[in-house]
Amino acid sequence: MAAELQFEFDVDKEKNSIIVKREFAAGRRLVWDCHTKRELLDQWFAPKPLTTRTKHMEFKQGGYWHYAMITPDGQAFWNRLDYQAINPIDGYAALDGFCDETGTVNPDMPRSRWDVSFTDAKERTLVTTVVLYNSADDVQKAIDMGLKDGMASTLERLDELLDAIGATAEQV
Amino acid sequence: MGELAEPFDMALPSFMKHVGILERTGLIRSRKSGRIRTCTLEQKNLAAAERWFADQRATWASRYQNLDGLLEKLTGEDRGS
Repeated sequence: MAAELQFEFDVDKEKNSIIVKREFAAGRRLVWDCHTKRELLDQWFAPKPLTTRTKHMEFKQGGYWHYAMITPDGQAFWNRLDYQAINPIDGYAALDGFCDETGTVNPDMPRSRWDVSFTDAKERTLVTTVVLYNSADDVQKAIDMGLKDGMASTLERLDELLDAIGATAEQV
Repeated sequence: MGELAEPFDMALPSFMKHVGILERTGLIRSRKSGRIRTCTLEQKNLAAAERWFADQRATWASRYQNLDGLLEKLTGEDRGS
């Protein structure tokens, strides 16, 4: 695998948004499929060591993806992504949210809007995701919740782990 | 506030705007006494925000590494058949 796949992660506090850019060593159609088909999403979406399990997926405007990210000891974090606009294979917009097992969105939690776009970058594909919150208050709620729900502690040392993996990958 | 703004090459009103954003996000607190406004860092909130952003970054980095693996597998299958 090519080591120098571009990865950018930026926080724009003024716009209450997070911008993630990442290159993939595959064509746009395949990268798009991986983002929009349940059987493929289930194979990558949750960060390690969690796994993804889709309960419902209807990839169309007004449809939604209801999935859980599951820890090795079986704890499930349920999320829901409501699709607002879809332009195959250029991009989609969706509303992210925390929910329960039945898919009922937690009304106390802010929802962020995801704008995901796919562009050709020579033989690679660049995926840009903008995660936008409505206000600084909403960002703060997400921070408070994120530090409380246990997922953060699962992920806490992931950065170090990734650095270690990255260092190993570069040596190969 | 003037003292705080001094090292920055920025007009005071622009500086105040940035400070306002930091205050709304809970990263700093300010208190006005007469004509003087004093800012204090909210260390705890600042650390919490930094940690959350680091968690978010780690989440995206990890899921995308998974996707690299899946894409490699899928393109490998294409070439195989």
